[in-house]
Amino acid sequence: MAGVAVSTTINGDNVEYLCQPDETLLDVLRDRLGLTGAKEGCGTGDCGACSIILDDRLVCSCLVLGAEAEGRRVETVEGMAHGDRLHPLQQKFLEHAALQCGVCTPGFLIAAKDLLAKNPDPTEEEIRFGLAGNLCRCTGYDKIVRAVQDAASVMKGA
Amino acid sequence: MNFDPRYSTRNFTSVGTRPIRPDGVDKVTGRARYGADFNMAGQLVGRVLRSPHAHAVIRKIDTSKAEKLTGVKAVITAADLPDLTDGDAAMYDILDNCMARKTAFYDGHAVAAVAAVDARTARQALKLIEVDYEVLPHVTDVDEAMKHSAPVLNDTIFTEGLEEKPAKPSNVTKRSQYGHGDVHEGFAQADYIVERSYRTEQTHQGYIEPHACVASVSSDGTADLWVCTQGHFVYRQHCAQLLGMDVSKLRVTSSEIGGGFGGKTHVWAEPVALALSRKAGRPVKLVMTREEVFRASGPTSATSIDVRIGARKDGTIAAAEATLRYSCGPYAGMWAELGAMTAFACYKLENVKTVGYEVLVNRPKTAAYRAPSAPMAAFAVESAVDELAKEVGMDPVEFRIRNAAQEGTRSSYGPVYGPIGIGPTLEAAKNHPHMKAPLGKNQGRGMACGFWFNFGGQTCTDLNIGMDGSVSLAVGTVDVGGSRASLSLVAAEELGIAYEQVKAVVADTSSLGYNDMTDGSRGTFSSSMATISAARNAIKILRERAAQTWDIPVDDVVWEKGHAIAKGDKYGNLAALSLKEIAAASGKTGGPIAGHSELVADGAGVSFATHICDIEVDPETGATRVVRYTVVQDAGKAVHPTYVEGQYQGGAAQGIGWALNEEYIYGKDGRLQNPGFLDYRIPVCSDLPMIDTQILEIPNPNHPYGVRGVGETSIVPPLAAIANAVSNAAGVRMTHIPMSPPRILAAIEAEQAG
Repeated sequence: MAGVAVSTTINGDNVEYLCQPDETLLDVLRDRLGLTGAKEGCGTGDCGACSIILDDRLVCSCLVLGAEAEGRRVETVEGMAHGDRLHPLQQKFLEHAALQCGVCTPGFLIAAKDLLAKNPDPTEEEIRFGLAGNLCRCTGYDKIVRAVQDAASVMKGA
Repeated sequence: MNFDPRYSTRNFTSVGTRPIRPDGVDKVTGRARYGADFNMAGQLVGRVLRSPHAHAVIRKIDTSKAEKLTGVKAVITAADLPDLTDGDAAMYDILDNCMARKTAFYDGHAVAAVAAVDARTARQALKLIEVDYEVLPHVTDVDEAMKHSAPVLNDTIFTEGLEEKPAKPSNVTKRSQYGHGDVHEGFAQADYIVERSYRTEQTHQGYIEPHACVASVSSDGTADLWVCTQGHFVYRQHCAQLLGMDVSKLRVTSSEIGGGFGGKTHVWAEPVALALSRKAGRPVKLVMTREEVFRASGPTSATSIDVRIGARKDGTIAAAEATLRYSCGPYAGMWAELGAMTAFACYKLENVKTVGYEVLVNRPKTAAYRAPSAPMAAFAVESAVDELAKEVGMDPVEFRIRNAAQEGTRSSYGPVYGPIGIGPTLEAAKNHPHMKAPLGKNQGRGMACGFWFNFGGQTCTDLNIGMDGSVSLAVGTVDVGGSRASLSLVAAEELGIAYEQVKAVVADTSSLGYNDMTDGSRGTFSSSMATISAARNAIKILRERAAQTWDIPVDDVVWEKGHAIAKGDKYGNLAALSLKEIAAASGKTGGPIAGHSELVADGAGVSFATHICDIEVDPETGATRVVRYTVVQDAGKAVHPTYVEGQYQGGAAQGIGWALNEEYIYGKDGRLQNPGFLDYRIPVCSDLPMIDTQILEIPNPNHPYGVRGVGETSIVPPLAAIANAVSNAAGVRMTHIPMSPPRILAAIEAEQAG
């Protein structure tokens, strides 16, 4: 099968790659570009561990084809920090111990970033429903919700 | 120096604080490497072919077409994993589970595997493998499997634990019995008796990271394995035995682990990946899909349990008995036995008897799941205890306090308890504001207790002091949720230095002596004990170096707050030497300074918890909502309280999922109907409230800091606590887990129909 040439923007950088027509964007990120922050927990869009932002829209990268990234903007967890300065969500996840095993964390951070971009002052219920597409099996979500609440208040003050 | 593990009171400096974990930044930036995040040059993609049948003889496997496909580098079947288990029945079962030998025992049982240049080629190759199956009758239900009419999975199994060997083989591999006193006499004294039967369905640990590994076998007989596991030393042992390798020639590196909960304590794909790599002569990466995770790894037992408890008018339990039937999958296990041991462990009982039956079914091999077997037994017992309290006319908390085990009580499974936390957790629950909060319409409150043994085990730890005075701590227990932070705190505490001066890593199997896996809530308990021991050994050397520098007897040197201090008035002019100063001079005083520790961490203190929850039930649909949830648990000593809270909350959330939603659903054809997160629904963020926690600290006398394991007990009470709450809300006793809306609705309608 002939490869598809794709030109896209990932975390602000211009990136070009060849991928197979049936290859997911998640596989491209992980296997071709070495961006392994997004994880495959299910491959069916049910767990959110592969969450990325595609042109300001939160998507499961396992449900997007690599070829579909042509001409678009992709944001992954690797692009959240500025140099050695963590994004407030990353910092608050650390301070609140909002991760145990941490495998769902990149997906949660991206989903929470998208949530706060659209709703900078969410209620607890809005956070819970906003993050309902991301599965965490370790924490019971308590500390994740608190970290997002704390990050939201820090970001509002910034 | 002989290590004294006994507890003594002390004022802690580092232990009990809440610093950021050392592996945290990597995990929030996407840099942390999990099982599937590692690659080797020239690596192939491995894929496994699985049985579509619940029970079938494998007559023949023809791999010739797959082998001819361009890009396929190896195809293996059971013939490529010859039986080297030498009569070790448990290892044989592991081997057979990795790759079916003569019979496929469940939907999803591995029958062949390929390694190819890419995933697409590997998938195509699987389609070209022809397997000739003779489909056999199957049984997936635990009660059905015990009937005489059930198809027998293994005709070499004759029930163990009976007075006489049975005449015929059956699916019951073992009967076990625990207890003391005379239950017949006890029930004769009882004024009230509750007798009920309960069922729980099979659940999966549901870790978000599927099993993943990269195996590389060289032609010289050495090999490397990168893998997500709870115990890389155990994986090394098992893989080496199954592949006929020297243990020391297989280096296993544990990746970051994306959840395990007991499910990553057994090898599945790893021997297959090694066999593929050996045959192909190249590294092989093998990652399970989520469907494979559900169909072929993990699950806990499905159970059927009968409970009978009798009480006197004064509220004391006169007698208690239970019969517990646990599914094991196709291989023998000790799951019902663990249920039989834990069922009544919370109570002080004169007359108690439990009997467990291990039952083979055509389902995946049962694996440990967080306090394995205890939640189902607690569900049955704590549901009956609640009903009995009502019969007696006592508050359910008061009734439990009246009957709670104490220090000196002989437990229902044998040992006599030391200082324990069941009474204190009940008292704390009784006094918790949650207990007095008003309930809304259609809401019910429930509470329940739980017990887990905890485990210690073999542990080996190295503590190396750098020339700059920073400390490398190499542990062999996999960090499943923050233990590197806890162990760094312990090293800092013992050495008297700052937490930031310590860097803890999980060492690979070639860098450290054997460690049992991170199970039985042993990670922080056992490795902290080994860390304390290693630190004390290092302190001895630090004192010697200071003594040498000062040219005084080492007995005159003490270690305080990170400094060697010359003790006594005659040394008044000697300034204390810091760890950093001693380390800087180490090249001239005898070389590197390190402390090592190899020990068996005996004395894991038993653990108890009490949970309270409020559940709202919609009487029209049977839908439930968790309104409020509180966990009270004894930690012995909480080393990093935030991560202790996390264990309490996580266990509660898993228990909530188990109680209300999660179950394996099999069709009549014996195939799993819901092998994905869409249809096997674990709790999401919007399903849960905040989960309140209260940490009690009743020191474990067998640990220098009083630490007990905290990881597992939190999943034991939720099934029962929620069942009691739902029963109170709906006005009908729920006896079947999960309490999904259709089950609750059916129970309400049956009650209304009278």
